[in-house]
Amino acid sequence: MSQDLTRLTAAQLADGMRAGEYTSTDVTRAHLDRIEATDDVIGSFISVTPDVALATAADVDRRRAAGEDLHPFAGVPVSLKDVVVTAGIRTTAGSKMLEDWVPPYDATVYTKIKAAGLPVLGKTNMDEFAMGSTTEHSAFGPTRNPWDTTTVPGGSSGGAASSAAAFQAPLAVGTDTGGSVRQPAAFTGTVGVKPTYGSVSRYGIVAMASSLDQVGPLGRTVADAAALHQLMAGHDQRDSTSLSDGVPDFLAAVEAGARDGSLQGKRLGTIRELSADDYDEGVRAAFVSALELARKAGAEVVEVDMPSLRYALDAYYLIMPSEASSNLARYDGMRFGLRAEPETGPVTAETVMSTTRAAGFGAEVKRRILLGTYALSAGYYDAYYGSAQKVRTLVQRDLAAAFEKADVLVSPTAPTTALPFGVENDDDPMALYLGDAATIPANLAGIPGMSLPAGLANGMPVGFQLLAPAREDARLYEVGSAIEALVTDAAGAPLWAGVPTDYAAESATTSA
Amino acid sequence: MADAAAITAGQVEHLAELARIAMTSEELEKTAGDLNEILANVARVAEVATDDVPATSHPIPLTNVLRDDVVGSPLTAEQALSGAPASEDGKFLVPQILGED
Repeated sequence: MSQDLTRLTAAQLADGMRAGEYTSTDVTRAHLDRIEATDDVIGSFISVTPDVALATAADVDRRRAAGEDLHPFAGVPVSLKDVVVTAGIRTTAGSKMLEDWVPPYDATVYTKIKAAGLPVLGKTNMDEFAMGSTTEHSAFGPTRNPWDTTTVPGGSSGGAASSAAAFQAPLAVGTDTGGSVRQPAAFTGTVGVKPTYGSVSRYGIVAMASSLDQVGPLGRTVADAAALHQLMAGHDQRDSTSLSDGVPDFLAAVEAGARDGSLQGKRLGTIRELSADDYDEGVRAAFVSALELARKAGAEVVEVDMPSLRYALDAYYLIMPSEASSNLARYDGMRFGLRAEPETGPVTAETVMSTTRAAGFGAEVKRRILLGTYALSAGYYDAYYGSAQKVRTLVQRDLAAAFEKADVLVSPTAPTTALPFGVENDDDPMALYLGDAATIPANLAGIPGMSLPAGLANGMPVGFQLLAPAREDARLYEVGSAIEALVTDAAGAPLWAGVPTDYAAESATTSA
Repeated sequence: MADAAAITAGQVEHLAELARIAMTSEELEKTAGDLNEILANVARVAEVATDDVPATSHPIPLTNVLRDDVVGSPLTAEQALSGAPASEDGKFLVPQILGED
């Protein structure tokens, strides 16, 4: 077979399998081979699960041969961020605390993926408990960005994004608490979506900040992200925060957006407070040129105000650690995960807990737990957590007003392209937090957001972020697919087609 | 109004006890510095969080969520214990709870 199956999109693979051109076993083996050949350098995966993937593929092939009615994407492989709980498959959340944990149950997302017949290639690397934006905070080592292996893939869903960008998986499941799907998508030239809060069940997702966490799809195209979102979405009795309204047709929205003239009259709102000064020159240039393409295609560009924006980041960095400190209290060395005993002194439940948490958590996780413990403590609660919740109201009001003037809000996803390793400096905790300014408001307000490629800056991908009102995820897919088509036409090829694919040399930087 | 001025290593030690994380004195010092820097920034939320602004605890408003009153399929005792560091007689085995010898 001359065709490299790993270079095809999920939609193409689904079509090809339906047409009998190749089997799911062919497709799954091709991706497992690609992982085998590249993951020593890229490091997308904490665990690769060839047996699980090939068993699913064989089952799909058998059922297809028997003429069974299959899910349209049956047989298309997928990677899961290692925060998705999978019975019988080690689930670490990127932490030493769960290094050897093999869960006894499945996340609803995994249940749905299995039911649809998608082979699971493995569990992807991430910042520990999803705390970080570089994937450097994983207890299992770094993930590299296939565009330049001296740079990070972003985070916390860095393994998920690199797996899609490096052709190791056509689809990847991530989670987004403050930008953890969208920012790595931006850094790796892929498409990542944070759905409306509650669109996808959080049952069986290792929790960080429960009022902010949301599962999201990544792929190389808007259509592929839409397909994975479609498959995962829907009400779940086991997550009382999951939306009970029906799931819109995201793939129909993608098709509508791809039609000529779909942007005619669409109002794209730029945010005044996300001023140009906050972005690297190359990032701004790529964003502006993509926006100009949309304007020429009939979109109206308007400017909206978001006066609460400067406070949104502050509120996020109070709410997130507060909720995390509470959620992570469950790692007590008693019921599952690591147990470590003190070397000296009495061995009591209390000393075992303290020793376990000292040994199992990394520095960033400890920092956030202590910050959250402080913000929630008596005497400080109103000033910190209480005030942050009020800011959340202000952010929602600003966004509601902005969506009166604009159908979607647009900005660069992140102020820079992918950063080199080590820039996230332990001595300056606020510096990297500031990179999340454009993505955080969506989590505070529960609205959906997407990052798709805008173009390149100095050979590295730039993300174009779209935000829509709550429950209007379909609007992202419509406008997103229109912009994707314009950017692809202007460049003559999809951005992802230009990613370096050979990482054999340690000096992979020069191959770009 | 929060007094964000200077969290001491001693206060961090108290927080670490509350959070059940054993920390070295070096870690306590460093964390005190980190928390002071972060809080100096995030304390700004109090500037706009006036009395007339209601708090939002949850991004999408929800009312009571009920399900049908039917028996589900919870974990078996064996499954629940499968990841336990230690277990005995179908129960979690934990160190002594009280500190006396």
